[in-house]
Amino acid sequence: MPRIAFTSNLRRHVDCPAAEVRGTTVSECLADYFATHPQVRSYVLDDQGRIRRHVAVFVGGEQLRDPAAQTDVVSDGDEITVMQALSGG
Amino acid sequence: MSLLVGTRKGLFTLERHGSAWAIDHVDFIGEPVTAAVVGHDGTIYAALGTGHFGSHIWRREPGGDWAEVAAPSYPPRPDDATDVSPMTQEPWPWTVQLLWTLEHGPASRPDELWCGTIPGGLFRSPDRGASWELIRPLWDMPERSQWFGGGYDFPGIHTISLDPRSPDTLLIAISCGGAWITEDAGASWTVTTGMRNEYMPPGEEYTTLVQDPHRIARCNAHPDVVWNQHHNGVFKSIDGGRNWTEIHERPPSVFGFAVAAHPTDPNTAWFVPAVKDEMRVPVDGKLVVSRTTDGGSSFQVFGEGLPQRHAYDLVYRHAFEVDHTGDHLVMGSTTGSLWTSNSAGERWDTVSHHLPPIYFTRFTGS
Repeated sequence: MPRIAFTSNLRRHVDCPAAEVRGTTVSECLADYFATHPQVRSYVLDDQGRIRRHVAVFVGGEQLRDPAAQTDVVSDGDEITVMQALSGG
Repeated sequence: MSLLVGTRKGLFTLERHGSAWAIDHVDFIGEPVTAAVVGHDGTIYAALGTGHFGSHIWRREPGGDWAEVAAPSYPPRPDDATDVSPMTQEPWPWTVQLLWTLEHGPASRPDELWCGTIPGGLFRSPDRGASWELIRPLWDMPERSQWFGGGYDFPGIHTISLDPRSPDTLLIAISCGGAWITEDAGASWTVTTGMRNEYMPPGEEYTTLVQDPHRIARCNAHPDVVWNQHHNGVFKSIDGGRNWTEIHERPPSVFGFAVAAHPTDPNTAWFVPAVKDEMRVPVDGKLVVSRTTDGGSSFQVFGEGLPQRHAYDLVYRHAFEVDHTGDHLVMGSTTGSLWTSNSAGERWDTVSHHLPPIYFTRFTGS
């Protein structure tokens, strides 16, 4: 199964432990995670369901190609990492 | 009575010791706290703009711990939506960019909350923040397409003023979309008239849909009296905000962001003037508070206790407030200075000169 993990910067705000998830796309994996951790959704996705502008998602070290719909394919054993972009002050 | 001070890097709670205020504790240190309100039961609601991770609302009941509740969220933007910024032609984002102001509902509806946001949506919670609904009649008005941002890329609702005589009557103010009144809890809206701007082409000065009221404050005991610090000057209404009359003279300048209305005296209001829109610093480097006690016919300027040389503090729209007595005021600046007055604004005491940039101040309780 794919696995999803979150930056410690997000763990300051909301309980978001790493977990194994079901899905063949990033969207499906996120939905599976949010089903058990619903409060995390609005920290990662905006009101329109897109990855937030200042959040960066990687799949196996590669940056997400489709932050709008998260159709990027995920394989068994892949690690999805949710980071924060370098911005702000 | 306590004092909440929302800053770019945390929510500060101050307590009064004798006549002086001191910081008691800090919550959400490091996080932008953009708005807060205290409900009728003493519950505090705080809006956080976490920067990377969106806007969120936390709630703390008296004696309890902070817990996250729901935050306003826009519905899916229809595929055929055509709303764009009139300035940039950029598609209007149906996503919360800033939770700009929080207010509670009337005492008869103690669970009700209101939230004004950028990009221009008004939200209502009927259940103490457990859920929020976008007020669609306002959002769906075709007139919204003419609103534009002032200081931000998109417009925002920064003032929600309930008429204490009628739980369904609200006056809201938008930078830059004018001020609007509903008498049926948001089902229908009427734009208010009489504001004047200098930033539109000749002939468009009084166009109601693009006015930039920076902040509106109502006299609670005389709710028809409402004061308005506008981008281009000072306005007053004596009919609940429906019509505005310009006050042309307000020393030392008519520009500013903040206004506070006396809770019981309809003739008294306070302002914090700055030079003008393209020079947003105190006039001559002297920070002052300007007060009228005769309905706006004349003003007194007070600087005692405030920096009178090389002061570049700017007081934003939510960082200036008077308490329920009319005697105590608080003022916070974008450069992290905080002052209080126990003399109806005539003399000021410094609480701190080194807080983070201050977004809002709120007296709590009585």
